[in-house]
Amino acid sequence: MEVQHINIKIFAREPAPADLAGAIPVFHRWIQQDATGELLIDVADYRHVPEGPGVMLIAHEAHYSLGPTGGRLGLLYNRRTPATGSTREKLEQAYSAALAACRRLEQEPEFRGSLAFDEGDVEVIFNDRALTPNTDETFEALRGELEAFFASRWGQGTFVLEKTGEPRERLTVRVRRSPETALRA
Amino acid sequence: MKYSNQLWKQRLAGRLPAHLAEEIDVFEDEIELRRQGKIDERVFAETRLRRGVYGQRYDNGQRHDGITTRKLPYPEDKPTKGPNTVWDAPGMQRIKIPFGGLNATQLEVLAELAEEYSDGVAHITTRQDVQLHFIHLDDTPAIMRRLAAVGITTREACGNTIRNVTACPYAGVCRDQVFDVTPYAKMTAYYLLGHPECQDFGRKFKIAFSGCSRNPCALVRMHDFGVIAKTRENNGRLERGFEAYVGGGLGAVPYQAKLYSEFLPETELLPTLVAIARLFTRLGEKRNRNRARIKFLVDKLGIEEFKRLVEQERAQLPEDPRWKEALEEIPRYREEPRRPAALVEIEPAGSAEFREWLRRNVYRQRQEGYAAVTIALPLGDITAAQLRRLADITRNYTNETIRTTVEQNFLLRWVSEADLPAIYEDLKAAHLAEPVANTIADITACPGTDTCRLGIASSRGLAAELRTRLLERREPLDESVRGLRIKISGCFNSCGQHHLADVGFYGVKRNKGRYAVPHFQVLLGGQWGENAAAYGLAIGVVPSKRVPEALERILGRYLAGRQDGESFQAFIQRIGRAECLKMIEDLREIPTHQADPSYYVDWGDAREFTIGDLGVGECAGELVSPTEFQLAAAEREAFEAQLHLEKGEAGEAARRAYEAMKRAAQALIAHRLGRAPQDPEQVVETFRKHFYDTELFFDAFARGKFAQYYFNAHKRNGGPWDEDAARKQIEEAQLFLEAAHACYQRLLEQEQPVI
Repeated sequence: MEVQHINIKIFAREPAPADLAGAIPVFHRWIQQDATGELLIDVADYRHVPEGPGVMLIAHEAHYSLGPTGGRLGLLYNRRTPATGSTREKLEQAYSAALAACRRLEQEPEFRGSLAFDEGDVEVIFNDRALTPNTDETFEALRGELEAFFASRWGQGTFVLEKTGEPRERLTVRVRRSPETALRA
Repeated sequence: MKYSNQLWKQRLAGRLPAHLAEEIDVFEDEIELRRQGKIDERVFAETRLRRGVYGQRYDNGQRHDGITTRKLPYPEDKPTKGPNTVWDAPGMQRIKIPFGGLNATQLEVLAELAEEYSDGVAHITTRQDVQLHFIHLDDTPAIMRRLAAVGITTREACGNTIRNVTACPYAGVCRDQVFDVTPYAKMTAYYLLGHPECQDFGRKFKIAFSGCSRNPCALVRMHDFGVIAKTRENNGRLERGFEAYVGGGLGAVPYQAKLYSEFLPETELLPTLVAIARLFTRLGEKRNRNRARIKFLVDKLGIEEFKRLVEQERAQLPEDPRWKEALEEIPRYREEPRRPAALVEIEPAGSAEFREWLRRNVYRQRQEGYAAVTIALPLGDITAAQLRRLADITRNYTNETIRTTVEQNFLLRWVSEADLPAIYEDLKAAHLAEPVANTIADITACPGTDTCRLGIASSRGLAAELRTRLLERREPLDESVRGLRIKISGCFNSCGQHHLADVGFYGVKRNKGRYAVPHFQVLLGGQWGENAAAYGLAIGVVPSKRVPEALERILGRYLAGRQDGESFQAFIQRIGRAECLKMIEDLREIPTHQADPSYYVDWGDAREFTIGDLGVGECAGELVSPTEFQLAAAEREAFEAQLHLEKGEAGEAARRAYEAMKRAAQALIAHRLGRAPQDPEQVVETFRKHFYDTELFFDAFARGKFAQYYFNAHKRNGGPWDEDAARKQIEEAQLFLEAAHACYQRLLEQEQPVI
């Protein structure tokens, strides 16, 4: 199955900061410093939108946003240009980029000590209804790739996959480390 | 082409209205031709603008990052998509929504597009359009196909065209209306879409419909052409028509529209618009873009002379059977409720929040037992998830009757009053029940520096800040202040309609030492009511960061100083500009950069303020003549010919090559004679007479050789073709097109400038 645009959302741990204003200077600095190695363009402020993207770092290859989409704060990596390689490689690329952004955000002065991400609580969103329609068949077709990828990251049998959302949404898979594994991590 | 875009093309093949499918195929060809450098960048820019594909800030490939202006290192292997516009830079897709009317399926598709191609947010504009930002040009045909599949076109959403035809969102349910203007707005929008008389304007042309003169919902008097529903007795019969206005507009120099006719019969609406379009094409300014809107023409001619010339044009118009056909459709327009009417006490018991929502957001319709519900969107923004929830609500409670509004909100119509408690709960669950409709916190703002090339200061940043402060106030606002309106533009071009607000702002820059400081000009006392009857008074500029204080002062002064029942407009008029200025004068002081650098940074930003990112706006479009468009269309035919040849379809390839030559010949004839014949025989003869016999088309070296290619192709057209012969004809067509471009250039050089 051809996959072009993988989004990864890594959820923030509770308690999460209520005010995201700090992300504005952070993302502007990332642009100044070429922090991600991607073509970073601008910062968009959507804090006024309930359960919206929060603060977005607009980029050519992928947007990053720190916001409460779906009602829970997290860092969303939203791939724009088609990534290259196999599905596994695309998952690796998106997850690594999202995780690196999370770690960097945690260390920024505006969020140090107040924002932490749980890398074991992730949503994988296939942002392309033509290639990856939101059906059980597509989920089953991609399950193996997802399991293999997260097993390589977290270890075999340490997580659960769950297809979430309603049919009109994009195919979304929640991947969570099982509680006992998460405790050990 | 991206694989998923190919899939959409395949999947939707045969499912789109034929004319829309063809238009999108043509646009896709044009993208490819531009990619190959076969269309001039200006022609391509205007072509995409006419499909609603707009530029965005930083698409010239550079941006000030707060320290220095840096090049954005986009891939360099692609052409520009317009003058100084980088192919890969994100752009905006404007989606035209005539009279703001949408249905649930359309809302769902907008949600999909926002997620897959944009940033997850759709934006409602001050002209009832929908905009998606951060779009890639290569995705636009797929976006257009998905929209066309649910009956939406983006055609003529931008560029020098008839823009979205707007209408009062309450039309049909309004208690004050004379009659429902919705079907008239719809008729006008689709009749004028792509109309040949509307393709050669010097600037855009905006039309609005209002059902009554009292309420502001359509802002007729700030439009290029606007009408207000009216009836009159005619031989015992009630005749429908319109009070018509022409030549209004905001922008840097706002003009109130002039009364064109106290009663324009409905039968004359379309013919009059065509006549105006012809006059605007003929006499409207084309060279000076700053004076090319029709308001300048009306001003220059005077309304009486303008009217005389329009009537002259009208008298010469050949009868179009569609005028009558369109009017016959009017009585068939119906909007039906989904649920039975219920007469209930409109302020029943319930939470304080619910009662406040009822008070602010709910309007009792003229039809007993039904209400219209405003969904107030913060800064016009709505997420994809909210759009889906709204689609459900629209289906569950209404017959899918929802409209966008010029205040960047949605209006749900035909809600049974019995359903109000339930719909409130559903809207609340989707964060769509904020009780701020028609209040001072329901602020309108253009995109400003967020995405607009022309933005000077952050209109959305300021709007978000004022909104937050107004909603978080501990002291409740006095009712006389709560009903005021705030509108903000990022520059003087007025897309935020700041002239019409009680309190308006537009972005400007001032310097302090060697630093630039974002400021806003303050305008007071504009009149939103009576279809935008009066424009606000500019009283002075305030640093952006002190605007919230300035607003507090202005509101406080009004509350303290107003006389019995005095409106805000009347109060401002009474105290005068000098007194208004005193209210804010001390706020104009700016601390040094060293003392307080926050003044030198705009709202919602972290960079040192600069106007170094200002670009050239695409609002004015590119001035591209119909001849250039026709020549581009001929190029497209030649391109199609090549594709058919590659597929082994020699006959079709040769036919397309011939068609390319014919279209180029028609382009030159139309340029020279005003109109070109359609019959192929006549095209050849006219071309021979005016371009071959006169040697106008002759190349210095090849002489009439290229024209002979066309004559030969004409003779052979329809005959059998093998691959070699078709290839030869394509090559000859290409040479003919080159000669046509050269001939056009020579003609332009010979011709005197049009005065």
